[in-house]
Amino acid sequence: MAFLEISHLEKSFGANRVVKDFNLDVDKGEFISLLGPSGCGKTTVLRMVAGFENPSSGAIRIGGTDLVGKRPNQRNIGMVFQAYALFPNLTVAENVGFGLKIKGAPRAEIDRRVAEMLALIGLPDLGGRYPFQLSGGQQQRVALARALAPKPQVLLLDEPLSALDAKVRVSLRNEIRAIQRELGITTIFVTHDQEEALSISDRIVVMNGGIADQVGTPFEIYNRPSTRFVAHFVGQLNVFSTDGAGNLAGVQLGAGRDFAARPEALHLGRAPGTDIVLPARISEVHFLGSVIRLTADAAGARVSLDTFNRPDVPPPAIGTDVELSLSSRDLIPLG
Amino acid sequence: MNPIARLFGWAALVFGLLYFFIPLTGLVEFSLKARRGVYSLDAYAKVIGDPEFQATFGYSVLMALVTIVIGVLIVVPTAFWVRLKMPWARPYVEFITLLPLVIPAIVIVFGYIRLYNTSSWLPMTGSVMGTNILLAFGYTVLALPYMYRAVDTGLRTIDVATLTEAAQSLGAGWGTILGRIILPNVLVAVLSGAFLTFAIVIGEFTLAALLDRPAFGPYLQRIGANKPYEPFALAVISFGITWACMGLIQLVTRFSKHTRAQN
Ligand SMILES: Nc1ncnc2c1ncn2[C@@H]1O[C@H](COP(=O)(O)OP(=O)(O)O)[C@@H](O)[C@H]1O
Ligand SMILES: [Mg+2]
Repeated sequence: MAFLEISHLEKSFGANRVVKDFNLDVDKGEFISLLGPSGCGKTTVLRMVAGFENPSSGAIRIGGTDLVGKRPNQRNIGMVFQAYALFPNLTVAENVGFGLKIKGAPRAEIDRRVAEMLALIGLPDLGGRYPFQLSGGQQQRVALARALAPKPQVLLLDEPLSALDAKVRVSLRNEIRAIQRELGITTIFVTHDQEEALSISDRIVVMNGGIADQVGTPFEIYNRPSTRFVAHFVGQLNVFSTDGAGNLAGVQLGAGRDFAARPEALHLGRAPGTDIVLPARISEVHFLGSVIRLTADAAGARVSLDTFNRPDVPPPAIGTDVELSLSSRDLIPLG
Repeated sequence: MNPIARLFGWAALVFGLLYFFIPLTGLVEFSLKARRGVYSLDAYAKVIGDPEFQATFGYSVLMALVTIVIGVLIVVPTAFWVRLKMPWARPYVEFITLLPLVIPAIVIVFGYIRLYNTSSWLPMTGSVMGTNILLAFGYTVLALPYMYRAVDTGLRTIDVATLTEAAQSLGAGWGTILGRIILPNVLVAVLSGAFLTFAIVIGEFTLAALLDRPAFGPYLQRIGANKPYEPFALAVISFGITWACMGLIQLVTRFSKHTRAQN
């Protein structure tokens, strides 16, 4: 039995069905991301787990106990918000110790735990500061420490990195993941950023219009998207249409369907092991460092492909006629 | 700005200051003339030495403090709840809190006397304590517009909804949220509301006189009708109290440590 079970969860605001038959089983210690475009219901799912919204129907169980009906302050669930939400009138140490103080923990235990948490987030000396004296990244780390200090059963994070600048965003997401691993805490992380979700999750739930379209590891989600939406939302995609007989460049694929290939599945020239060859003309060249992203017109579509940079081979010039090859096994059928 | 407009601005300022300060100067000057031919503080000494002054002033200070406590207990949770759960009700609540500015105090007190007289279902005016309580509630009503505005403005500077949810997820109940998170964060606003309340209550006449309580306002009126110099000294003292309250509002606003970030 999974540690956190969400079954047939529904939520409507008036006539607006925001979450539809949402199901998810999370194992203890797992890091799950809810990924989807803005407005697809991610926050609403999280808020129902936290107890800030009541589900219209469905169940949420932790360790077999149903949470529905329990008030948010009785659930022992840690929450991190996009806007940090530190208490402005309390110092960093008082913020982190807040949950334990509510629980009535003795002074010495609170102090010890606060010191431990501040060391964990790498801010051991900032206990006496007020939130307004910290940078955004530091505030969010304190918010994380505050949520973790009372040892919650589940940690929820709602777009915790969205308000931060790009560099801090990447370093903090790795830090969050490292801390999560160290503590082994069951975590649900909401984001609309696919790169974020792919890089740190054990599993990803891709949401679309209140529905969980696909649940899987980042590898599965990226390489075997089960719906057209997931294929388009996660990663870059080149879409090819077959001709009336279901052929693409003379290879039989199946009539009436579109097929997609990731940029890294297309090769410049005839690569070994490929069975489809498309004539193409290079239209854009983006040198990204270790990777070169090319855009080309092929088979009536504009496609992009990635090649690794090789110091001895300069990239093709714009307007060059080339051949692109790919393996039909790498094609993702779109429903 | 062109020179003529600038000149006009200065002229308006000077006129405003004269309009305000000339009567005040006259007031102060006259209050110092109790002894023939020289300026002295005799009038002030007499006023402050008057046991009735001490008694009525003490009574009004106490009533002001009680009023502030009642006001805070009513207004802070109400403004908090309206912001958190019933944002649609804000215009209505605001309208209600503004009513005391429109309805004269005399109407309120006659209403009270009618509703709570000795032959009514709740004979509040029948005992001293009951009348005191009635007076405190009357003062709370008079102070409501100022208290509510101040607290609501204070709540606007913090993210009430998210802070509340953060506290809830850490196990806090409503009492803790209000007492440890909301109130401390709007304390400056509450204090400025409190000082305004204090200034209003200290000088208030109508409610205290009609409920027949020994407050400072009726005392001012009585002295004014019967003595030559003392009323002027009292008026200056009243001014001083009001101004001190205004000054204190400025002071707490400046000295609050954690709100500086928002400015
Ligand atoms: N309290 C609410 N009342 C009415 N509609 C809401 C409420 N909260 C969210 N919604 C609606 O539910 C939908 C999903 O919102 P949300 O869960 O916040 O999406 P996400 O977090 O994925 O961006 C949106 O269309 C939003 O307008
Ligand atoms: Mg959201």
